Amino acid sequence: MIGSSHRQSKRARTSSRPTPRPSHGRPDSNRLDATFRRLKDEKKKALIVYLMAGDPSLEATEKLVLALEQAGADVIELGVPFSDPIADGPIIQRAAQRALNNGVSLRSIFTTVKSLRQRTNIPIVLMLYFNSICAMGYEAFCQAAKDAGVDGMIVPDMPPDEAGPLKGPAKEAGLRLIFLLAPTSTKDRRTFVARQSHGFVYYVSLTGITGSELTDVADVAQNVEKIRKVASAPIAVGFGVATPKDAAGLSYFADGVIVGSAVVRRIEDCRQAPDMVEQVAEFVKSLKTAMTERASR
Amino acid sequence: MTASLPDRHGRFGPYGGRYVPETLMPALLELEAQYAKAKKDRRFQTELAHYLKHYVGRPTSLYRADRLSAKLGGARIYLKREDLCHTGAHKINNAIGQALLALRMKKPRVIAETGAGQHGVATATAAAMFGLQCEIYMGTEDMQRQALNVFRMRLLGAAVTGVDTGSRTLKDAISEAMRDWTTNVRTTHYVLGSVLGAHPYPMMIRDFQSVIGREARKQILAAEGKLPDYLVACVGGGSNSIGLFHPFLQDKKVKMVGVEAGGVGIVSGKHAARFAGGKPGVLQGTMTYLLQDDDGQINLTHSVSAGLDYAAVGPEHSFYHDQGRIEYAYATDEEALEAFDLLTREEGIMPALESAHAVAHVVKLAPKMKKSQIVLVNLSGRGDKDVQQIARMRGVAL
Repeated sequence: MIGSSHRQSKRARTSSRPTPRPSHGRPDSNRLDATFRRLKDEKKKALIVYLMAGDPSLEATEKLVLALEQAGADVIELGVPFSDPIADGPIIQRAAQRALNNGVSLRSIFTTVKSLRQRTNIPIVLMLYFNSICAMGYEAFCQAAKDAGVDGMIVPDMPPDEAGPLKGPAKEAGLRLIFLLAPTSTKDRRTFVARQSHGFVYYVSLTGITGSELTDVADVAQNVEKIRKVASAPIAVGFGVATPKDAAGLSYFADGVIVGSAVVRRIEDCRQAPDMVEQVAEFVKSLKTAMTERASR
Repeated sequence: MTASLPDRHGRFGPYGGRYVPETLMPALLELEAQYAKAKKDRRFQTELAHYLKHYVGRPTSLYRADRLSAKLGGARIYLKREDLCHTGAHKINNAIGQALLALRMKKPRVIAETGAGQHGVATATAAAMFGLQCEIYMGTEDMQRQALNVFRMRLLGAAVTGVDTGSRTLKDAISEAMRDWTTNVRTTHYVLGSVLGAHPYPMMIRDFQSVIGREARKQILAAEGKLPDYLVACVGGGSNSIGLFHPFLQDKKVKMVGVEAGGVGIVSGKHAARFAGGKPGVLQGTMTYLLQDDDGQINLTHSVSAGLDYAAVGPEHSFYHDQGRIEYAYATDEEALEAFDLLTREEGIMPALESAHAVAHVVKLAPKMKKSQIVLVNLSGRGDKDVQQIARMRGVAL
């Protein structure tokens, strides 16, 4: 199979080059853009895996990122825990609470990303609530994110209408601002949001919160096609992607598939187990395999 | 200077805005458009006025509290009797307005959050009267201290869902209601209870509650032939206070004081005085003063009154705070409980513990004023709901 041999060679590349070349934040040097471009050339779809930073610990997060890259994750979405996560269901709420109980902060997450950058070039985007950025200050936040080696951010409670003050500092730091579209989005919103989203457009597959059940894949396909007409960035679909079958189905028409609660729930279930990292990696591998098989069919 | 606030982005200066998931944006835009239409529609206004008069019992009286005034030995004190509204608090003014809007938008289901239970009861009441399906979210801590209101809501046919996350109070109930709305937005209208959340809520709820100030202004002019020197009201989210203050904002000589919950004291950290201990940030859809730590995590709050126990304040209050137009003070749990007793014994009026915070401030303010001066206090709700809690605190078995 062509797909798997490519993965083999990528794996070899990653491990033979422990110190990645530094990124200077130029548009073409953004790891996220580069990854989507490479995948497009290879006719593959991106597997984007969400982890709550610091759940069960920041050391574990670091191990997970490296293991999940090996297992086939193309992009890591790193959740920053917030006390009042209005867009998240119970699974991610509990993970955030565990991370907060561990004393995890934005600053300690930046330290973790910086440490990861010694060992991997995988694109890392932060998923965080707007108040975490407010508290640090727009410019200080973007500068710190850039210095740590972050590639972009998703702010679920910041529609582009409210992103004005963050756009300048983000651009300056070479950070991609990723916006979300939803099944309820009107035609006007679709055009407005898609055109402002950089890195990728995050299509929320269902009318609801994270960890809900995905029921209507045909409707998702239709909406992705509509977005494609107005977006220049790739389109990734998230919310409700729980199984390899879900991931495979969505990768048929989306450029990327985002898996969050299903991964976080596995971490929750086996966070005490000595082989937690391996178990989660196994699940991510099954997602990637299903997506690859689908693509080569 | 401020009559046109918020601006078209829902901003009061730097505060307000619309910080919500994209899923909700279309619903907020629709609500904004529908409300703008309804506001200009004489039929809507006539219908609202009809229910406010015949169902809520408006206008509520403006009562001169002679014994309280004499006892404090200073200014003449007037009470705006929102406690006499149907269901026992000002919350019904807004609940009726939003239920009428839900009907116009053809949404068969309404949801709401509640802290003290007054807004939940008001929403359940409006839902019963208009035949809407109703679900109320309430922190389990609040369900315990306001058990009577939980039962009232259930009697009215509403489902009451306990929220067991975070501090298990108002803030967590709002988050859960927002999650419900995000999931059921196509069929559901979220009846937010205070001047909080994303635009157009702070503006719309202020408009619905401004009936308090419009009536009070007319009533005090009729009674005294002049405007009051001070307006005083408690501030949780801030709907009863902005409702009283707003129609007086252009009257430059009228001073206004919003009274926050001082809990067991500011130094203790166990309070909900956002202007005394907070700084601007974004919570639950709006930019405003918040009680938060250096990382932007929202602090746990404390107040003896569930309705004031919240980490954020309405964005319009933040604006007038910075402008210096409204002064913000706080009263501690202990001061509020003393004020509860004082008003009950001197005037035979049992205030809600929320409103008792406003009375507690008057206890400090009135004696320093001249007998010819006037203080107008918003008695936003009645205290029946708090009787069980007070009995429990005093070790009395009912």
